[in-house]
Amino acid sequence: MNDKIRAGRLSVLAAAWVVARRDFVAILFSRTFFFFLLGPLFPVIIGVLAGSVGESAQRTAENPQVGVVMLGQDADAVVHARDTLADRLGNGLPDFVVVKRLRPGEAYDPAAALAGRQATIAAILSGSPGAPVLTGPGEQIHAWSGAVSMVAAQAVAGPLGPWPEVTFRTTATSNANEHAGRLKTAQSAQMLLFLLTMMLAGMVLSNLVEEKGNKIIEVLAAAIPMEAVFFGKLFAMLGVSLVGIAAWGGVGGALYLAAGSAVPHLTSPAVGWPMLAMLGVIYFSMAYLLLGSVFLSIGSMATTVREVQTLSMPVTMMQLMVFFLASYAMTQPDSAVEIFAVLFPFSSPFAMLARAAQDPALLPHLAAVLGEAVCVLLLVRTGSRLFRTRVMKSGPVRRQEKARRT
Amino acid sequence: MAGNAAGNVAGGASGGGAQLAIEARGLVKRFDGFTAVDGVDLAVPEGAVYGILGPNGAGKTTTLRMLLGIIDPDAGYRRVLGAERPHDVAHAIGYLPEERGLYPAMKASEAIAFVGALRGLPLKEGRRRARELLEAHGLGYAADRQIRQLSKGMAQQVQILGTLVHRPRLAVFDEPFSGLDALNQGKLEKMMRGLAEQGTTVIFSTHVIAHAERLCDDIAIIAGGKVPFAGPVDLARDRIPAQVRLETRSGDGPWRAALPAGARRDGKADGGAFWHFPLPGTGVEPLLRALIEGEAGILSLSIERAGLHDAFVAIAGEAAARALEEDRPEEPRR
Repeated sequence: MNDKIRAGRLSVLAAAWVVARRDFVAILFSRTFFFFLLGPLFPVIIGVLAGSVGESAQRTAENPQVGVVMLGQDADAVVHARDTLADRLGNGLPDFVVVKRLRPGEAYDPAAALAGRQATIAAILSGSPGAPVLTGPGEQIHAWSGAVSMVAAQAVAGPLGPWPEVTFRTTATSNANEHAGRLKTAQSAQMLLFLLTMMLAGMVLSNLVEEKGNKIIEVLAAAIPMEAVFFGKLFAMLGVSLVGIAAWGGVGGALYLAAGSAVPHLTSPAVGWPMLAMLGVIYFSMAYLLLGSVFLSIGSMATTVREVQTLSMPVTMMQLMVFFLASYAMTQPDSAVEIFAVLFPFSSPFAMLARAAQDPALLPHLAAVLGEAVCVLLLVRTGSRLFRTRVMKSGPVRRQEKARRT
Repeated sequence: MAGNAAGNVAGGASGGGAQLAIEARGLVKRFDGFTAVDGVDLAVPEGAVYGILGPNGAGKTTTLRMLLGIIDPDAGYRRVLGAERPHDVAHAIGYLPEERGLYPAMKASEAIAFVGALRGLPLKEGRRRARELLEAHGLGYAADRQIRQLSKGMAQQVQILGTLVHRPRLAVFDEPFSGLDALNQGKLEKMMRGLAEQGTTVIFSTHVIAHAERLCDDIAIIAGGKVPFAGPVDLARDRIPAQVRLETRSGDGPWRAALPAGARRDGKADGGAFWHFPLPGTGVEPLLRALIEGEAGILSLSIERAGLHDAFVAIAGEAAARALEEDRPEEPRR
């Protein structure tokens, strides 16, 4: 019956593959994956609800305004015309605010004025109602051309008058604006990374607890190294998550194409969108592997769901703090805080992704990814060792002690 | 003492210089200051059916886990199939843990193939063998059923088949009979004998003496983390002298002086008596001669060899035996 003596065992990689293959297939065809796919819908729904609640307040507080710089009577006529039309059109028109009433012959540079103005003034309308000139960022002023022309026509001859042609003067986006935009891009990337990581680490944890419930863990531990079990589980879940991300990406891309300009505009990151997407996947993998390996260690030591909750709560809180650290560090480039956030393994993926949005240098990313990979290896080794030394006990100890005494 | 016992195996009746599948010396394992296994010595000959007998909590599972490399001993030495690191020969070992476990959503044939894959058997070959094994054991109809759809006993049989699908040289079963009904316990005993006949070394732990008595060539008795005896079953039984049961027509007489001092007497209504005493070291012939010459009137005489249970009591002590008795609900009624 025996085969030829086949001494040896699977390598860590081969054993991890056996575990990962089973887990990947099992999770992909389970209800868990279905709910995982639905997961991002909940933040989106909450976001939409919260957005609609705050919409009206935001509209009054932060609605972009058109600053009017004209001769006194022209400025008043334009603002009056805007208000007249707004009564009939509702909220379709931007607010018009008189920035300066010019005296005849007085010179004025709208672009310079725009740079020094408050953030809510997005463009300056100058010239005259018959020959309006709109100065501001290209995308913004072209979007308002119809509205401005209509208001100017109303100011000149009422609603039936001819609409004058609007002259555009495009201003370049300032460095400050670009920086602010990239900061926003970095924030969005970090937030996305954090949400994904937490969701997946939680899943890998519950997967392992379920496995312990199935009691299969001892079969695995007897046949293959525990490191392989941990790696297999981590990479199976990573594979599942990448499938999920691909699905979300496909849906998101389709929605973006359908929604067009209605989607909020994010400033292009310093490394460019394709590289940011690639780094995003890499840092997501690293952040997940780091947190997942900690959660796996916790899961392997816990015996009940309650124990898992108790043990994982501090880690979850710590991860939240790490996220806050990385968020804060993003606003303090090259400071000690940012360097710490980059070097500290758990905040490193978040801090480095934010850096990618703001700094075009690529070499630091290679170093960071290598460092994070080493940390993952160490964490998995520590976790598997803890599992072997602390978990695989057996026998009712009290009974044993009693037997000894008798 | 344990060391001597292990030596008995190596050079004993069943050992006879045979190659050892497992050799362990002075294995110690402590958990949080508690010594679960305290200097265990074992020598399991290749091709033997070897039982580790002891009550729950005696250290059986911890010993097996150390032999399999699931945990490392704090002290001592182990060699499994010639390897000091059991994981190095993982492909040649099959293991059924005490706490049975399979993925509930997996099909029976897939579950068997998966366990084989963990031991280096290609998945395709594992699937083929799984179906063969299921058919051979009357479970072919369950090959495509999910584990959660099987009864507990059937799931356990599937796991046992998973333990053997890669055709191991050493099959280790931790409490394999618990959870099985009498019929399936019988089937498992037959399967274990069959494995040994084909050259596979079978080692199993149990707290049911009857299984060990029926199946094993050699046993190790483990109690309180120590092994007070390891060796052939016959050697364990020989630790207790055989019991003589004598029936005499006469209840008393000068011939009584020939009986051993501790002989117990049960009187009979017709004036005769039953006598119980250990077989004298000189054998039964001098006693018989004295009884005949003294006209005791021998009606019957039988010599009963000690059972493994009595041997266990004598070796491991009353407390361990009581614990063993408390843990034996799974013993099949036959």
